[in-house]
Amino acid sequence: MTLLRRTVLAFAAATALTPATVFAQDAGKAPILIGEINHFKRMAAFAEPYRKGIELAVSEINEAGGVLGRPLEFIFRDDQGDPAEAVRIAEELMTRDGAVMLTGTILSNVGLAISSFAAEKHYVYLASEPLADTLVWGSGNPYTFRLRTSTWVQAAMLAEKAATTDAIRYATIAPNYAYGTEAVEAFKANLKRLKPEVEFVAEQWPPLFNIDAGAEAQALERAKPDAIYNVTFGTDLAKLVRQGTDRGLFDGRDVYGLLTGEPEYFEPLGDEAPEGWFVTGYPWYDFAEGTPGGAFVTAYEEMFGETPKNGSNVGYLTGLSVAAAIEKAGSTETEAIRAAFEDLEIPGTPVGPLRYRALDNQSTLGAFVGTTALNDAGEGVMVDWEYKDPMPYMPSDDEIREMRPAE
Amino acid sequence: MAFLFAQFLTGLANAAALFLVASGLSLIFGVTRIVNFAHGSFYMLGAFIGVTLMEVLPGHLGFWGAIVLTGLAVGLIGALVEVVVLRRIYRAPELFQLVATFGVILVIQDLALMIWGAEDRLGPRAPGLRGVWRIFGEPVPKYDIVLIAITPFILLALWYLITRTRLGILVRAATQDREMVGALGVNQAWLFTGVFALGSALAGWGGALQLPTGGADLLMDFNIIGAVFVVVVIGGMGSLPGAFVASVLISVLNVFGVTYLPQSTLVLMFVVMALVLIVRPYGLLGREEVAGEHGQVGAPETPIRPYGPLGVALTAALLALLAALPAFADTFLMVLVIDIVVFALFAASLHFILGTGGLVSFGHAAFFGGGAYAAALLVFHTQTPMELAFLFAPLAAGLLALGIGWFCIRLSGVYFAMLTLAFSQLVWSLAFQWRSVTRGDDGLINIWPADWLNATVPYYYFTLALGVGGILTLRHVIHSPFGYALRAGRDSPRQAEAMGIDVKRVQLVAFALAGAMAGLAGGLFVFSKGSVFPTELEIAKSFDALIVVFLGGVKTLAGGVVGASFMTSVEHWLTRLEYWRLLLGLVIIAVVILMPEGIVGTLHRLWQRWRPASEDTAR
Repeated sequence: MTLLRRTVLAFAAATALTPATVFAQDAGKAPILIGEINHFKRMAAFAEPYRKGIELAVSEINEAGGVLGRPLEFIFRDDQGDPAEAVRIAEELMTRDGAVMLTGTILSNVGLAISSFAAEKHYVYLASEPLADTLVWGSGNPYTFRLRTSTWVQAAMLAEKAATTDAIRYATIAPNYAYGTEAVEAFKANLKRLKPEVEFVAEQWPPLFNIDAGAEAQALERAKPDAIYNVTFGTDLAKLVRQGTDRGLFDGRDVYGLLTGEPEYFEPLGDEAPEGWFVTGYPWYDFAEGTPGGAFVTAYEEMFGETPKNGSNVGYLTGLSVAAAIEKAGSTETEAIRAAFEDLEIPGTPVGPLRYRALDNQSTLGAFVGTTALNDAGEGVMVDWEYKDPMPYMPSDDEIREMRPAE
Repeated sequence: MAFLFAQFLTGLANAAALFLVASGLSLIFGVTRIVNFAHGSFYMLGAFIGVTLMEVLPGHLGFWGAIVLTGLAVGLIGALVEVVVLRRIYRAPELFQLVATFGVILVIQDLALMIWGAEDRLGPRAPGLRGVWRIFGEPVPKYDIVLIAITPFILLALWYLITRTRLGILVRAATQDREMVGALGVNQAWLFTGVFALGSALAGWGGALQLPTGGADLLMDFNIIGAVFVVVVIGGMGSLPGAFVASVLISVLNVFGVTYLPQSTLVLMFVVMALVLIVRPYGLLGREEVAGEHGQVGAPETPIRPYGPLGVALTAALLALLAALPAFADTFLMVLVIDIVVFALFAASLHFILGTGGLVSFGHAAFFGGGAYAAALLVFHTQTPMELAFLFAPLAAGLLALGIGWFCIRLSGVYFAMLTLAFSQLVWSLAFQWRSVTRGDDGLINIWPADWLNATVPYYYFTLALGVGGILTLRHVIHSPFGYALRAGRDSPRQAEAMGIDVKRVQLVAFALAGAMAGLAGGLFVFSKGSVFPTELEIAKSFDALIVVFLGGVKTLAGGVVGASFMTSVEHWLTRLEYWRLLLGLVIIAVVILMPEGIVGTLHRLWQRWRPASEDTAR
């Protein structure tokens, strides 16, 4: 059944690319094209919900009359997770396919490659999913905007909670690449600032998606920490949870998990989901009907027959952001769109109002933080959660200006 | 002490799945000489099929029955792949089959995504084996103990199969001398199919057995393949006890690495492999390969001659067309051609040592990425003018190749290839881990050309001049006395030595030249993209080049260039489709089956068959 449905969908998607353009032109209104570059195959578990989020947003926008009276259309292109490939596709989208701006990428290095390229060629790029803060700070440029909540902010939210406990000895475990390092540094800096007496007694760096979970659990246990800060996600997280639970690693210890509560990573754990971790995530199951969040969840389930992930949310907000920016710009010229993005306000999103700061081109998307638990059906969920505004956790404006070299 | 023992047990448990997969690969290589990159895919299939079966079959019997059935199912799939794809190309040049296995990887990846979806699956628990036993007070998962207990039985069963059964006798005989086995009347085709199926089944069992400690996901094929090759090479290709010893060694060292040097786990196994190969060039329990043993399969090779007047005229016409391109093409076509020229130069440099020198390098990306990084680091840290930094790219890559080559050229065949791979991984980890200098995987960005070149058209001519110049230089060298000496060393090292050629030195110089040319390509690359990341140093990058060289045709002059152009164009076009990996895999497999001498080699043969008479008169 899934096989058949997927094949049919795939075929439809493959054949739909060009004809859609043709039909729209026949109607006298050429669509506004957006070039979306992502690792749809290499990171399928994260990229597919993201793509569906965009598709939902586009269908709603076009039903409501489109943007500037024209339909909005995304061209989805796969870069195989290769930065060089992404740069070539970006060029093709902008110069040959007629895209007016670029969006996408999950991997930070691909995002950085497109960002550097966009600044050089003066194309607007909305980095929707990359996790590296350097995109808008250390390596920021006027043409790159970023939607996803900054890693610094999410780590700071966890550190704030950690500072209220008695724990002194911390161990960290994070995948050994730029995002992992950034996430650990941010947590350490924030926690040390709030509670100078904490010490970090162990730092574990498993290779991304290739964790030796048994050995990592043993190494963490050996340090006898009071609390553990986890940045692993995906299959690494599943293995760590299983080994750690079996070996009693988490018993009597506070655990803080960055992104751990996102359904992409938390759902596959099933009834083995750990309880009592303080995490950032996406608790779509608790969104009440009638709220903007609840409406999004209902529409998403109706359209795709599955529940949304955090990627779906980010994809949906990407669609809304692009439409709002072009509407505000009043044209599809690059400079107009770029200017429109600065201090762009989008009032009615599923997570509340959203704004793109002129200061650093970062959006004000916040984060859901809460405690993990098992519900009655034996599924891992977040409880006692709240949606936190990122502004109080951001570095000061002066610090950010200091970091951004381009301005 | 108790802690150390518990760690040791973790290492042993990890070794179980690794040994299963590695023994399969070792068996397949030993008998069929296929370097099977798709082996990781069979491991992944084992995991997914195992999960599916365990969901259907209940209880103890269901769990263990599912594991047994999984192996059988994956073995069947392996047999199918062997019969449909590999059987047709055993007579192709050595290592050509790895291109086909690469196609198989792509096909399996997309099929797995279609069938099981994108979401990761957590492996089911083994019934009754949840939780831990305490050993000297340290918790050890029950399933780990089971894995540790199972492994010796598997080794024993394999040992019995190989040393005590008729099939084993045939397998051993074929490993030593497969022509002889064929001459004695053994049906080689079915022996190969059987061994391939057994090897795949072992990989499938490995995938199913690890389920309770892990799960099934779409990245696990690539995640394990590196470790499996390392294990097989350290143990000695074709040696089962070697694979066992090496799996235990690597797994246990890795566990200690995690505890005492957490960031080392990225490269630990490659360091171990490099050390083992430098001390023991054929692995721990491997056997020295007799020169020429499996070197030449098929018809003897006719020496490559320079192009005749027609070839020169065609090449000149193509170059003239490329030079005139900016007059009528849009910007993007030029960007695409820049990418193709850069990749063609990179592939041509690999083709040079591979085709003419007979040195199969699995780590050529070290020089491409090395050159790119050398230029980028200068620009990034010291604001060196682009012109100067650019010169540094081939220079640094050439020096790097000289250093790495000095260690590697004393080895031959697959061991040479794996040592180059180990070194390229070391270079990669340096770029990845040394964050204060290289910014790690955030890469070096804003590396743009000097103002006079910083537009598509000037940079297009710049790339065309240097890229084509580099390729022509390499071709010129092939036909120079140095090229002939290199070829002599490839075809018969002993006779070449007797004629007074210092074969190793010639090979080292050729390796350095190829490295410098790859570095030149890297320099062109970095200024065209404006950024460089450790991905340019990855194993995958090395294999991109290797695959296009084989696709184009190893025993031809233009193989690398044609293969690179073909691959870049096809890939660029296909990736806009949903299931492009499936299609690309099928295209690769089709080319491999229809054109076993590569695109250029097969076209050349057809051409000769068509016009043999006029060729002769022209000569």
